[in-house]
Amino acid sequence: MKCDEKIVELMHEYLDEEIDPENEMILRDHLKSCKDCETLFNEYKRTIAVVKGTSRMQAPPNFTANVMASLPKEKKKVGMQRWLRNHPLIAAASLFIVLMTGSLISTWNQDREFSVSKQENLVVENGTVIVPEGEVVKGDVIVRNGELRIEGEVQGDVTVINGEQYLASAGNVTGQIEEVNEVFDWIWYHMKRTAFEVIDIFNDGEE
Amino acid sequence: MEALIKKRIKQVIKGDQDAFAEIVEIYSNSIYQLGYRMLGNRHEAEDIAQEAFIRAYVNIKSFNQDLKFSTWLFRIATNLCIDRIRKKKPDYYLDAEVSGTDGLTMYSQLASNSPLPEIELESLELQDTVHKEILKLPEKYRSVIVLKYIEELSLNEISEILDLPLGTVKTRIHRGREALRQQLRYV
Repeated sequence: MKCDEKIVELMHEYLDEEIDPENEMILRDHLKSCKDCETLFNEYKRTIAVVKGTSRMQAPPNFTANVMASLPKEKKKVGMQRWLRNHPLIAAASLFIVLMTGSLISTWNQDREFSVSKQENLVVENGTVIVPEGEVVKGDVIVRNGELRIEGEVQGDVTVINGEQYLASAGNVTGQIEEVNEVFDWIWYHMKRTAFEVIDIFNDGEE
Repeated sequence: MEALIKKRIKQVIKGDQDAFAEIVEIYSNSIYQLGYRMLGNRHEAEDIAQEAFIRAYVNIKSFNQDLKFSTWLFRIATNLCIDRIRKKKPDYYLDAEVSGTDGLTMYSQLASNSPLPEIELESLELQDTVHKEILKLPEKYRSVIVLKYIEELSLNEISEILDLPLGTVKTRIHRGREALRQQLRYV
């Protein structure tokens, strides 16, 4: 190569796409007049073209799976977090159930005291509620943590929570009789009551 | 794209391993390609690419999230390739010959069929020649040439990947270009 090293330098600048317009003019002018440099320049361009033209390799199809299988194991906690993130509905539902059950069970445990709905002709003796013979009790009777003996008549529903009820042969209940003794019954009772309350709200709204 | 990668990296840092799969999927071809052109065969390319991703995963916390992830990943992969080239024994060239034989086998098969695939064939042969010539380059020129012309990265990125001044990267590209030109000018 007889030409100035400067020209080769300019070729590289051109090929690096970093040549300024002034130098590009110098290079172009020179290439027009110098066959050797033109050949050299074309060889560079051709070389780059064939290198760029090599086919693009694809990683093997199972590559990602192999990498993932080779990674150190992640912590359990994260797997749980991801599961929750991917199943938000189930997560919300189970959280709701856990909280509801918790609060209901604690209500169940707190309600150990004897109580009875207030109706004037109910008789209370040693934790036993008696509907006396010949008396008519109007409205629903609810007894908590105690027994209920029905010798008279109840015009309404009877609910005994955590206790028992005895219906004497002469006794009469116009509504439903229900005994709630276990935690699950208690929860069921609550759910039914909540549902009925909700329905009542809607009924009230319509009226 | 960069935003997606950043998001996935944050998830990986929090410990969500599955988020890394997408990162691997996105870069697997370019990292595999780098390994193939640097080391010369598929087996080592897969090996080195896999190791690069595992290292990236293990060291993800040391990745500066203000930088481009691909630059960091390429740096890991390039360093692994260069290390392996330096450790290689001279029998390495035999390895390159083997991949060349594959091309020849294909050549003889195709040639016996019809004249049409011969164009394909010539290009296969050319592919093979170029591949071998890249592999003959000294490692310091090979890495810049592969990053520049196979991975099509900018000079600035290459300088970051190799942790070299821009001027050095340019000089190496010029020399690599010159070496390749001398070998490939008549193909």
